[in-house]
Amino acid sequence: MFFEIAIDMAVDDHAFTLDFSSDAKLTALVGPSGVGKTSSLNAIAGLLRPRSGRIVVDGQVLFDSAGGVDLPPEKRRAGYVFQDARLFPHKRVAANLAYGERLAPAGASIVTRDEVARLLEISHLLDRLPATLSGGEARRVAIGRALLCAPRFLLLDEPLASLDEDRAETLLTLMERLRDELSLPMLLVSHSSAEVHRLAGRVVKLA
Amino acid sequence: MSLTAAEWTIVALSLKVSVVAVLVTLPVSYGLAWLIARRRFPGRMLLDALVHLPLVLPPVVTGWLLLILLGRGGAIGGWLYDTFGITLVFNWTGAAVAAGVMALPLMVRAMRLSIEAVDRRLVGAARTLGATPLRAFLTITLPLSLPGIAAGAMLGFARSLGEFGATITFAANIEGETRTLPLAIYSQLQVPGSEDAVARLAVIAIVLSLGALLASEWLVRRSQGARAHVL
Repeated sequence: MFFEIAIDMAVDDHAFTLDFSSDAKLTALVGPSGVGKTSSLNAIAGLLRPRSGRIVVDGQVLFDSAGGVDLPPEKRRAGYVFQDARLFPHKRVAANLAYGERLAPAGASIVTRDEVARLLEISHLLDRLPATLSGGEARRVAIGRALLCAPRFLLLDEPLASLDEDRAETLLTLMERLRDELSLPMLLVSHSSAEVHRLAGRVVKLA
Repeated sequence: MSLTAAEWTIVALSLKVSVVAVLVTLPVSYGLAWLIARRRFPGRMLLDALVHLPLVLPPVVTGWLLLILLGRGGAIGGWLYDTFGITLVFNWTGAAVAAGVMALPLMVRAMRLSIEAVDRRLVGAARTLGATPLRAFLTITLPLSLPGIAAGAMLGFARSLGEFGATITFAANIEGETRTLPLAIYSQLQVPGSEDAVARLAVIAIVLSLGALLASEWLVRRSQGARAHVL
């Protein structure tokens, strides 16, 4: 199993449970706005603590309230692509890309910086500051930064939202390649049924 | 306008006291600012209020409290003297302590605002990329709050230059030792016919304070936009 997740969440005043197992390479998490999709990704990444439950990804226990396991985010090694890109504003694109790469365990990398720059077409952006990037450019850099930290799995939060059609198509193709060429479990949050239909081997509804 | 040797001594002493006060207070202020901005703990509001106390208390009361705590017979001062032979009262280090304590609220405030302005989600992003909490702090929070540190330091420096009440109470008014600009002006005012000397010292005080204040405003605006203020 790639994902075995059964958690009880309480975020602000909203309580919900997420319970699924999936052995699909790419699992999509869908549901109406505000239902807790992003919170679920945060919990899996270790940024939010579930009230109780168990999170196992690719055989590794990341969180288990009964067993007293709660790995900090830096030990979980999630490649998390945030919806808002969340690039470091004081670092140039090259430094953003290198941030996680430098901290990755030796020999664990799944792609090189050159490959990332070529795949995502961001070679010409390396000297720029995030504030000068368009939404699509920032998104691509964020994906590159996540891939370079030698992740054990990927969390993608609306990676194609608010991109124009051409850009979305390019990224969609790229995500298909990532799905097929890397053996990384991927969890995708999306509102687009077309995107989900095309990428996901398994769809989990959160309601 | 040329200054006499005695006036230069006063200016140099003022600068020394203020620089040392800011340098010593800086890490303390940043630590307090970070605690108040980022941590939720019982007594946080009380800590915030205590930090701001020197801002609203009569400075002479702050000076008296310092005398009680740090004087040779005081709880901390007695220990410092017995253990290290250090005396803070009636010398320039005492003036620096008084100035630092008075500058603390302004410094904490400027730094707290700039730490709060750092998006916490960026720290979360750094953590997912493999950074420990310490590394995330050093590479994200600290550099992004640097303008607040600089602004706080400038503001604290300006405040230290102007410190009077706590200094004269705690460190006294000793020529060449604790007689900083404001204390020198006060002393000159007691001497008949010294209007010129008072005016010269006052001009120096205005120039130094205005310079520090403008520098801190400039630093904050440069980093946080034209409508940001440090005060």
